[in-house]
Amino acid sequence: MSELTLTVMRLGFLAVLWLFVIVAVQVIRSDLFGTRVTQRGSARRGGPDRPQAQQQQQRQQSAPPPQRQQSGGRGRRGAPTKLVVSEGTLTGTTVALQGQTITLGRAHDSTIVLDDDYASSRHARIYPDRDGQWIVEDLGSTNGTYLDRTRLTTPTPIQLGAPIRIGKTVIELRK
Amino acid sequence: MSSSTTNTTTISTAGPPSRRNTELAMLVFAVIIPVFAYANAGLALSDEMPSGMLSYGLGLGLLAGVGHLVVRKFAPYADPLLLPIATLLNGLGLVLIWRLDQSRRLAQRAEDAHTVFSPSAPNQLIYSALGVALFVGVLILLKDHRLLQRYTYISMVVALILLILPMFFPARFGARIWITIGGFSIQPGEFAKIIIAVFFSGYLMVKRDALALASRRFMGLYLPRGRDLGPILVVWGISILILVFETDLGTSLLFFGLFVVMLYVATERTSWIVFGLLMSAAGAVGVATFEPHVQSRVDAWLDPFAVAKAGGSDQIAQALMAFGSGGVFGTGLGQGNSDLIGFAANSDFILATVGEELGLAGTMGLLLLYGLIVERGVRTALAARDPFGKLLAIGLSAAFAIQVFVVAGGVMGLIPLTGMTMPFIASGGSSVIANWALVAILIKVSDTARRPAPMPAPTTDAEMTQVVRP
Repeated sequence: MSELTLTVMRLGFLAVLWLFVIVAVQVIRSDLFGTRVTQRGSARRGGPDRPQAQQQQQRQQSAPPPQRQQSGGRGRRGAPTKLVVSEGTLTGTTVALQGQTITLGRAHDSTIVLDDDYASSRHARIYPDRDGQWIVEDLGSTNGTYLDRTRLTTPTPIQLGAPIRIGKTVIELRK
Repeated sequence: MSSSTTNTTTISTAGPPSRRNTELAMLVFAVIIPVFAYANAGLALSDEMPSGMLSYGLGLGLLAGVGHLVVRKFAPYADPLLLPIATLLNGLGLVLIWRLDQSRRLAQRAEDAHTVFSPSAPNQLIYSALGVALFVGVLILLKDHRLLQRYTYISMVVALILLILPMFFPARFGARIWITIGGFSIQPGEFAKIIIAVFFSGYLMVKRDALALASRRFMGLYLPRGRDLGPILVVWGISILILVFETDLGTSLLFFGLFVVMLYVATERTSWIVFGLLMSAAGAVGVATFEPHVQSRVDAWLDPFAVAKAGGSDQIAQALMAFGSGGVFGTGLGQGNSDLIGFAANSDFILATVGEELGLAGTMGLLLLYGLIVERGVRTALAARDPFGKLLAIGLSAAFAIQVFVVAGGVMGLIPLTGMTMPFIASGGSSVIANWALVAILIKVSDTARRPAPMPAPTTDAEMTQVVRP
């Protein structure tokens, strides 16, 4: 057997061995991270590195809602760039704010699916108005949506860092 | 934990993880790697594909398949990595043993000693099959790991018997760690480590509060009361006795280290670690000064090359040379000279073959695989909901970790050499079978730990307070 073949096999074996280790670590990684990101519709852009995203592909319903482009909103100083879940079962999850409407609730097609006894299936939504100001609106939920300590009755602008409480889940907008 | 999304994604909590398909995929991978290694070693040794390749591959695949099906049926929520990693290690061990079977030097050596040189790989495959059979048996028969809790003190007695029995059998290779019945010899210490972990978990679960809370603070350490020191003194005494009468450094270290780790985990008191280290150091130094067998091991550790020059055993010296000549990427499977180690090249010293033929990269990968098994064990302990399961999982993974450390450290010259075997890889029936049983118990505990919590039973209050209207 030629020297070259054996060298290739030797290095190939080490590569395969390490590949196994790396794949094993990936399996652990997907075990550690508690949230599941599911793609809705055909556009796959969210997390290509998540193996579970593909598995859940079949369970999709509902076409992607039309994307509303905010031209002025993103460039403004002091505008929030992400939504962070700070309490509840999804603690630590962040969602980038890119001018799209974020729906919250127990319904499976919500952007953030709340696993919370006190949440309604379509609980609230967060969207940017024409000036790029982010607004939270309660969608007629049973137990209400609270901004700081006041229960929402009308669509209300969100200040940076103000806690929005839905049942046991608290979310806030951050820069 | 962050995920950036666009508006076509949904974020929710993950559902109950079963992960059996992940396990299957990893298992296929874990069977292919040893087959590749086998082909590589065969091509390097004799320029042709080894004749037994198909049967070894099929045998390993069959064992893995049976293991997987049983896990799927009896432990559906178990950790997805334990079985594939164990299979991979076992398969790599088979290849390495087969590769050493082909060595002309080892055959010549056996001829010089007027014994028949018999290949170990077929035996090892049979032992692996027995190991997987025990794995299957444990998964099927052990419905719940908490059943083991009932046998706390029985397992103490059984473990002590297993540890003491080899004393009455003749010493082989300078250590009394074998029981020989008929033509068979088994190392009871390998099985004792599992049984002793069961005893320690059952015992510490009951006594942990007394050990943890009744203590005085002194110089930043919590000193336990004198009477609570009893158990650790007893265990220390037993392990010293093993060391003196069986001259088995490995089992003694494993036994005592396991107890200290479990005491620490059960009580969260750093003082136990300090005590444990001091006591084991004192015990080791004490025994090494007057026990000639241990003394010679220490000498060989301090200066292996001087011992080899003086006509003593050159095993450690050869092992160190093997590691050195392997370099970073190794010489390639079947192209090293690790068979120069001679005696025990395919059991205690098998890591030297890995070091020479796979190099630093391969050795690190192998140690990481062991690390992953230990990590999954510790993870299982964290996730377990019952204290017994927590302690059992941590005990078993600690025993596994200590064993790997003791063997690898001994072969690499970090600590004095002990007569233990590398789990799953080294040739030796007891070791393979016992470690498959260990992995089976870990899988069982992890199945219970990762199983989604049952739905709360509907309360009867609602029915009792129903209003009956006319």
